[in-house]
Amino acid sequence: MENRPLEYDYTVTKMFMFTTILLGIVGMLIGVILAFQLAFPGVNLFLGEGLAEYTNFSRLRPLHTDAVIFGFTLSGIFATWYYVGQRVLKVSMAESKLLMFLGKLHFWLYLVTVAAVVVSLFAGVTTSKEYAEFEWPIDIAIVVVWVLFGLGIFGLIGIRREKSLYISVWYYIATFLGIAMLYLFNNMEIPTMLASAPDGSHVGGNWYHSISMYAGTNDALVQWWYGHNAVAFGFTVPIVAMIYYFLPKESGQAIYSYKLSLLSFWGLMFLYLWAGGHHLLYSTVPDWVQTMGSIFSVILILPSWGSAINMLLTMKGEWQQVAASPLIKFMILASTFYMFSTLEGPIQAIKSVNAIAHFTDWIVGHVHDGVLGWVGFMIMAALFHMAPRVFKREIYSKSLMTTQFWIQTLGVVLYFTSMWIAGITQGMMWRAHDEFGNLAYSFIDTVTVLHPYYTIRGVGGLLYLVGFLMFAYNIYKTMSARPVEESELQSASPMGA
Amino acid sequence: MDIAEFQAYGYFASTLFLVVVLYAYIYHLYSKKKNADGIDYEQYSNMALHDDIDDTPVASIRDDKKK
Repeated sequence: MENRPLEYDYTVTKMFMFTTILLGIVGMLIGVILAFQLAFPGVNLFLGEGLAEYTNFSRLRPLHTDAVIFGFTLSGIFATWYYVGQRVLKVSMAESKLLMFLGKLHFWLYLVTVAAVVVSLFAGVTTSKEYAEFEWPIDIAIVVVWVLFGLGIFGLIGIRREKSLYISVWYYIATFLGIAMLYLFNNMEIPTMLASAPDGSHVGGNWYHSISMYAGTNDALVQWWYGHNAVAFGFTVPIVAMIYYFLPKESGQAIYSYKLSLLSFWGLMFLYLWAGGHHLLYSTVPDWVQTMGSIFSVILILPSWGSAINMLLTMKGEWQQVAASPLIKFMILASTFYMFSTLEGPIQAIKSVNAIAHFTDWIVGHVHDGVLGWVGFMIMAALFHMAPRVFKREIYSKSLMTTQFWIQTLGVVLYFTSMWIAGITQGMMWRAHDEFGNLAYSFIDTVTVLHPYYTIRGVGGLLYLVGFLMFAYNIYKTMSARPVEESELQSASPMGA
Repeated sequence: MDIAEFQAYGYFASTLFLVVVLYAYIYHLYSKKKNADGIDYEQYSNMALHDDIDDTPVASIRDDKKK
């Protein structure tokens, strides 16, 4: 073999970029269908009565959430790790056959697991735990996939040339450890085939069926400790890892304050794990758990804004780049939405606000300004930044990017504003009563009032999906765009007209 | 001492402890630069900015082994 200079190897990155886009389309398409089902119930039967079982809201809903969380977002996390990890540790995947093998195995096993999830959820096989719907055989596969991810992280760290770990690597490690702990504890379950009835007889049932080891209030506590921290370690920590690498790199600006990034890191790690109790306000869990959840949620503003402000200040003196580059626009808007949703969340976690917000569409709006505005924008920006470097070609179209940016921004704004109005309307109508305590409205009254806002939400989601398809097309065309030289890739990404 | 009183002392002590840890960490981040072999944390940003495989590491792991 000839003596070629050492290069970073992006094979695994490319594989996960593919699933990021594919599962993004799947997750968002299902989301749009769900939004229109809520506005127009007839859409539940869009493939006819015969297939109603597979197209109704309840069957599709976990597919939407899981495709976006464990499909789109996780793939984006993996794709960026195999890119960022090599670069900031200054070591190539090509230097270790073992790590390369583990990386590819990671991808293929992930793909098999995703297929198993899609089939089982469509078939209605579910544990009925939100964001943890997978039955035990799939859970075991997920643990193996996760261990492979961990071996990739620590393997690469083990052979690094750079002594210190860049801040993004800290966040990736936290993602790995956080999800590992949460997933294992929340999915403790017993296959029913091992169980027996009180009289000693065998229970039977399907081989894949299981029951949670937790019940009642304990189950709720563990579930929301998991559920909220899935947001922490899936939607926050790894996305912060991305922005700490991609924004400085794309803009050519050093992080405004590296010290602040470290301080925010430890702040986030310490505070986030205690905030899950805010999902259970006014429920049967102990009052002190609820209060603690509220307090930690409010204090969480500090480390969250520490990171977000650090990113905005990184652009200090360079704001013309935001106007000039659509890629920087995506990241600055992502950071802004991060600030926005990390202010909105704590407000909703305050007990008196929660009395109105709980169970309403405002919560749905909050999740989506976070995921569409922050997570989605940042992952797309990361892929846009990586595409010219992994394909060695310029981004196909800058104007398509700009158009996509504005279409999706409009989509997010329509989504969260309609859900604000819908949510607060719901909250107020549910609570309204006359002087004798009789409820002023029945449930169907709220449904009638909310219909226009549900339609607006559907349109907002549709706009975001259209933008995502433009993104997919742009990345696809990038693979055959004008080739670029290494020198063009220093900071700002090359873009075609 | 009943449980509520115990909790109150515990609450105060842990808050105090965490405040001390937080400020000690901030002090550490700023003061380390002034030591003889001090580290300016801000230079770590260069790990992202100069991340080509041929770029010189900010602090090479090999230099560390030589010492």
